[in-house]
Amino acid sequence: MSEIVKVGIADLKTCKSPDGVMTLGLGSCVGIAIRDPMTKVGGLVHIMLPDSKAITTGQHNIAKFADTGIEELVKQIERMGARRIRMVAKIAGGATMFSFQGGGGPSVAQVGNRNADAARAKLKELKIPILAQDTGANYGRTVIFYPETGAFHIRAVGKPEKII
Amino acid sequence: MKDVSLEQVTENYYDVLREIGNIGAGNAMTALSQMLQCKVDMKVPQVRLLEFAEVGELVGGEEQLMAGVFLGVEGDITGSMMFMVEEQSARHLIQKITMGMLPEGGEFEEMGLSAMQEVGNIITGAYLNSLSTMTNLKVFPSPPAVTVDMAGAILSVPAIQFGVYGDNILLIQSQFYDEVKLDGYFILIPDLESYAKIMTALGISME
Repeated sequence: MSEIVKVGIADLKTCKSPDGVMTLGLGSCVGIAIRDPMTKVGGLVHIMLPDSKAITTGQHNIAKFADTGIEELVKQIERMGARRIRMVAKIAGGATMFSFQGGGGPSVAQVGNRNADAARAKLKELKIPILAQDTGANYGRTVIFYPETGAFHIRAVGKPEKII
Repeated sequence: MKDVSLEQVTENYYDVLREIGNIGAGNAMTALSQMLQCKVDMKVPQVRLLEFAEVGELVGGEEQLMAGVFLGVEGDITGSMMFMVEEQSARHLIQKITMGMLPEGGEFEEMGLSAMQEVGNIITGAYLNSLSTMTNLKVFPSPPAVTVDMAGAILSVPAIQFGVYGDNILLIQSQFYDEVKLDGYFILIPDLESYAKIMTALGISME
């Protein structure tokens, strides 16, 4: 029997085949799924903000940021036997949930794109290729990731489920 | 004034937001009852300081369908504000406002969303008015944006804004009734600098 491990907001979890990891209702946050296809271990991090270095108010939750969250996820799956050189990633989320007429509105409304860009930049820096992505647009996403096959299931309201 | 981190001032901050929340939600309900032209009863609003992980549960799960209205706050105080109701409650409100012109069941048409935007305008406007009256500061709402989606996805926007300061979100739950029970949620997110202005305006010392 396989289990699905739930990942909260600003949180990360790892798992081994045949288990999966899921996170519900990604909006402007981004879900980054990484696995090693050889050892079939992997994990998912649900980040909220692009850059830990831009925040000065004593933050301890490293899973909250794209840069530190992805680094930590990579470390944790390495400890489970994965090798960095074989790792591959898929990402989803980073929506712009509210669009304001004339493109105005609070700056936080645009954070989805910045989050997705930061995730891509960090993965590039770590030389982890992105095999598929479903980011942007204006709707929320629930995602489930299976390190066994690398299948990344994406559900959204009023849309058929897709697998990338 | 030197930099204020939220951790240092959290307690006062939440007391202030709680007070504003109570009065603001009351005003919002009065405005709503005028709009619907019927009596709207309200329970005392619950002010909740939650960890991100707990927010989804409170509103009925991260995948609970909700309507969210989000707008910027400008003037002496800057920041943003959100009002959320469950999708069913939103439908009920829209039905009343459009006098039953929204088709049952189907997707929110443009008309439904713009009616929801109107509800959001009135409710958040009334809320911000009480903030302005209490503090004697000028507060202007920007035109709101509306969406209907999963609660988690809608809440990600204010959560991200709070995320800059910590791992909690402050939300005001107000339960109101006309013919049916409706659960509404207010989230006010002043910028950190504005927080100091609110405190000063209310005569609360920052030291």
